[in-house]
Amino acid sequence: MHLTLEFGGGLELLCGSVKTHSVDVKSEPGEHELKMRDLLSWTKSNLIKERPEMFMKGNTVRPGVLVLINDCDWELCGGLDTELEEKDVVVFISTLHGG
Amino acid sequence: MRGLRSPPTLVFRFQTPVSTTVARTTSNYLGETEMGSKGVWSGSSDAHLLGEIERLKLEKEELESRIRLLQAQLKPQGAAGEEQSASCSLSPLSCPPINGTALTGLSLEMIHRYGRHLLLPDFGVEAQLKLSRSSILVVGAGGLGSPVAMYLAACGVGCLGIVDSDIVELNNLHRQIIHTEAYIGQSKVKSAASTCHAINSSIKLVEHREALQVVNALDIVSKYDIVVDATDNLPSRYMISDCCVLLNKPLVSGAALGLEGQLTVYHHNGGPCYRCLFPNPPPAAACQRCSDSGVLGVVPGVIGCLQALEAIKVASDVGEPLSGRMLLFDALSSRIRTVKIRGRSPLCPICGENATFTREVFQSFDYENFTQSPMSDKSSNSLDLLPESSRISSKEYNKIVNNGEPHILVDVRPAHHFKIAAMPNSINIPLSILETNLSTIDSALKQADQDSGRCADLYVVCRRGNDSQRAVDFLSKNGFPMAKDIVGGLQSWARDVDHSFPTY
Repeated sequence: MHLTLEFGGGLELLCGSVKTHSVDVKSEPGEHELKMRDLLSWTKSNLIKERPEMFMKGNTVRPGVLVLINDCDWELCGGLDTELEEKDVVVFISTLHGG
Repeated sequence: MRGLRSPPTLVFRFQTPVSTTVARTTSNYLGETEMGSKGVWSGSSDAHLLGEIERLKLEKEELESRIRLLQAQLKPQGAAGEEQSASCSLSPLSCPPINGTALTGLSLEMIHRYGRHLLLPDFGVEAQLKLSRSSILVVGAGGLGSPVAMYLAACGVGCLGIVDSDIVELNNLHRQIIHTEAYIGQSKVKSAASTCHAINSSIKLVEHREALQVVNALDIVSKYDIVVDATDNLPSRYMISDCCVLLNKPLVSGAALGLEGQLTVYHHNGGPCYRCLFPNPPPAAACQRCSDSGVLGVVPGVIGCLQALEAIKVASDVGEPLSGRMLLFDALSSRIRTVKIRGRSPLCPICGENATFTREVFQSFDYENFTQSPMSDKSSNSLDLLPESSRISSKEYNKIVNNGEPHILVDVRPAHHFKIAAMPNSINIPLSILETNLSTIDSALKQADQDSGRCADLYVVCRRGNDSQRAVDFLSKNGFPMAKDIVGGLQSWARDVDHSFPTY
């Protein structure tokens, strides 16, 4: 499944300072659908190069990270259980506090 | 935060142009008198001075009687003689109905000043009137707060409050455009109010020269209709949001760091509060600060301008405020994306249906402990990782250099920091790649051993003395037990040894 993953608010530092990643993610053998929980673990093992604890805590993203699926808060789409579709754009953004 | 011990609230007084002129005249006058006292003091100049004093006294009396006359004319409308107080309650003062303009409720001067607003079909007289009757509190007079306060003053909000305890520093000026060099060392709030007054002397300005904290937040925020969060740290953001929920005030929240910015309006039109979105604070290590990570000056400027816009929309009830949505700004790619965010959470501990968060709880809540980060951009928790024997002061290191004792100095700052300034003969191996570059240290040490015929020592330095401890901790466990860190890093070197060493 072709997806675009974007990292912002400093999270890009965890994946070689690259903000946009065009990726091809295979769903688990025997499963037809790809859910957000699968994408998170795929991302952690394939894109995150350092300090994985700055990306995930337990089985979800760490506090202070917003997840957006096609410009919509994942809490409005089903969170970890959201089923992804071809060409979806998933954004991981760390909240900023500076000023 | 640096606290300025000054009265908690000060109503801004007319300052700059008038007082400067007066001061100059006075000093000229004193100068003349001084010259006179040096010997040219004669009966005739005495008489001349007395005559001049009499003439000015008469002029003063005439001016005073004219002022009384004008005040009497104003009194029936309840406008004059009223003392400005720290509260932001707005009397009809802000929009006195004067001859022929009672129809709109805007004064002649207001129609002239805000004419371009009034020409907008989507804004017009009604929105301008609402704006002129609104009161807005800007928390933070920094990079975000600068354009916010300047635009809110310029556009004619009835009352503008600014709260901050910081003082203006040279390294603020690249982004905090409300301040000028002349105000370095002075209160940011005083400086900001002076600029706002210079832009628009017809609005009410309230100076709060103190940090917003749980002990004063309810009192200060309650005096305003709308709050703008222009702060630079995480605990303040939670505190301001909680306070706004308790007092039912809309909160225009902006943030900027590096080359990115974020903006949304909390607790407005059924939208979420900060805690609905971020019920748990991020780990302290994820909280980057402008003073550590840097920020391009114009980035908070862009977000601050947008905050001013959202505050104006909320105050004047025009358009669709950014509630339930968040604007994300990426300066490098020139992209602005607006995303839909969750609504108010029924389970939110602050604004949810069964929330038990009260003013009493708020006033005793420890936000710094909750977020594990300080209520300031500046103070960073200094690490204490190493035993005394693995540490050395910058002064002691200076002796080692002067005595020519064989050693190598490893600077573990990121490469772009090293380019700003570095100690002579230091080797740059950033902490992030230290693990894979131990061989570099090893061969440098061997070379130093060879050159001196003695056993060379290993010292590690960074900007403030935290990363150098982490590096020494790692090195001592990986084959370099003699490694020592320089306490306080380059900051301490510049402060205690070499005053000409650049600090940033």
